[in-house]
Amino acid sequence: MIAVIDYKAGNLTSVVKALHYLDARDVVVTQSPDVVRGADKVVLPGVGHFQATQLLASLGLTEAVRESITNGAWFLGICVGLQWLFEGSTEAPGTPGLGAFAGMCEHFPAKEIEQIDGKKIAVELKSPHVGWNSLEQIRPDSRLLRGVSSGSFVYFTHSWRAPVVSATAAVTNYGGAFTSAVERENVMGVQFHPEKSADVGLRVFRNFVEL
Amino acid sequence: MLTKRIIACLDVRGGRVVKGVQFVDIVDAGDPAELAHRHAAEGADEVVLLDITATHEGRGTLLETVRRAAAKLFVPFTVGGGVRTAEDAAAVFDAGADKVSINSAAIARPRLIGEIGASFGAQAVIVAIDARRGAKAPKDAEVYVSGGRKPTGLRVVEWAREAESRGAGEILLTSMDTDGMRDGFDCELTAAVSEAVQIPVIASGGAGSAAHFAEVFNRGKADAALAASIFHFGVTSSRDLKAQLAQAGVSVRLPC
Repeated sequence: MIAVIDYKAGNLTSVVKALHYLDARDVVVTQSPDVVRGADKVVLPGVGHFQATQLLASLGLTEAVRESITNGAWFLGICVGLQWLFEGSTEAPGTPGLGAFAGMCEHFPAKEIEQIDGKKIAVELKSPHVGWNSLEQIRPDSRLLRGVSSGSFVYFTHSWRAPVVSATAAVTNYGGAFTSAVERENVMGVQFHPEKSADVGLRVFRNFVEL
Repeated sequence: MLTKRIIACLDVRGGRVVKGVQFVDIVDAGDPAELAHRHAAEGADEVVLLDITATHEGRGTLLETVRRAAAKLFVPFTVGGGVRTAEDAAAVFDAGADKVSINSAAIARPRLIGEIGASFGAQAVIVAIDARRGAKAPKDAEVYVSGGRKPTGLRVVEWAREAESRGAGEILLTSMDTDGMRDGFDCELTAAVSEAVQIPVIASGGAGSAAHFAEVFNRGKADAALAASIFHFGVTSSRDLKAQLAQAGVSVRLPC
């Protein structure tokens, strides 16, 4: 069973629709810690504010996810769901993340350094980062990104980003490199929206469904 | 590298895709779900469905159209037209849209922008602005409502800034001066708005050739551009358009 966690942060319709399209069996949208404990796969979608993940703690879902991961369930965090796998975010400093990966998520810088005619010039960087950007330096051993080649485009919409860590499975460049996919054993996350990333996104979901 | 987005727009009336010139002279151009899928398959980065009648009786038809179009669409999908309340927006999201585009209703009650954002996130709220400036400077362009029929007295750049401060995720800027003329976007106006806000600006109105898109991305500083009539009648597809843009040095996502 795939448990899709509903923590009232945005719209789950697209994620569930994509899973159904791929013939994933037994997809359950839930807020129940017991359902999460009983699932062999858990998806944490999310668009919106990091603060919304506070509800995971108050509903007992943080502990349920921690247990299910320890017991070997596959976990996929999407967007804020990826950020939540880190220690926290400057977007909501009082709300801790799961802490599966080290580091804090931070806002994109206001400016980036560009080389123009051999000179380094600070240019304004728009935020949020919205649109199609490429996955780079894909780790060859990534199970989630199996069959996806570096340079493939996926759809992003976010203002905070996760740091690059040893578990980073792909980076994307926007005001410097950030983690666009992370993976360590059964714990996985993507900053982009696979449900909105056409064929590449469906490939990522299919990889997860087929684990 | 973040690419420039090509957004296919379907103007829908009574469950059919239509296209007009300067908001009048409507002609039939096909089935919305079918066209949405075709555009996505041909490499459009997003699809927008605008309900241009948006009558009360038409709402049920619209939601059914949205549901049908969304069923197998795996690129961002925006719906606009007739979204007046957070409940209207919720119904459209429930039918499968990822973003709503609001126009007159946001001007009538600017708090609506924040209300939809609070439940669905700022990325889900596009504020659409219909602009007209005639021979005036871009900073004096005026916002129009009611399908472009009524002037509001608001200046486009100022309203775009306010929409951003109230939590809009993107601005969809349509020049009524250039709309449907296939003679190029209003690059000066687009640049003025793009420089005034941090959020992405989608340029709309006037696409007639790939060169027009290149212009609005470069000179107009647009993050994305909307096209409707350019596709419907086989002028080009997103695939052709993007290949031409890539040759012109514009960073685009080339379809597989």
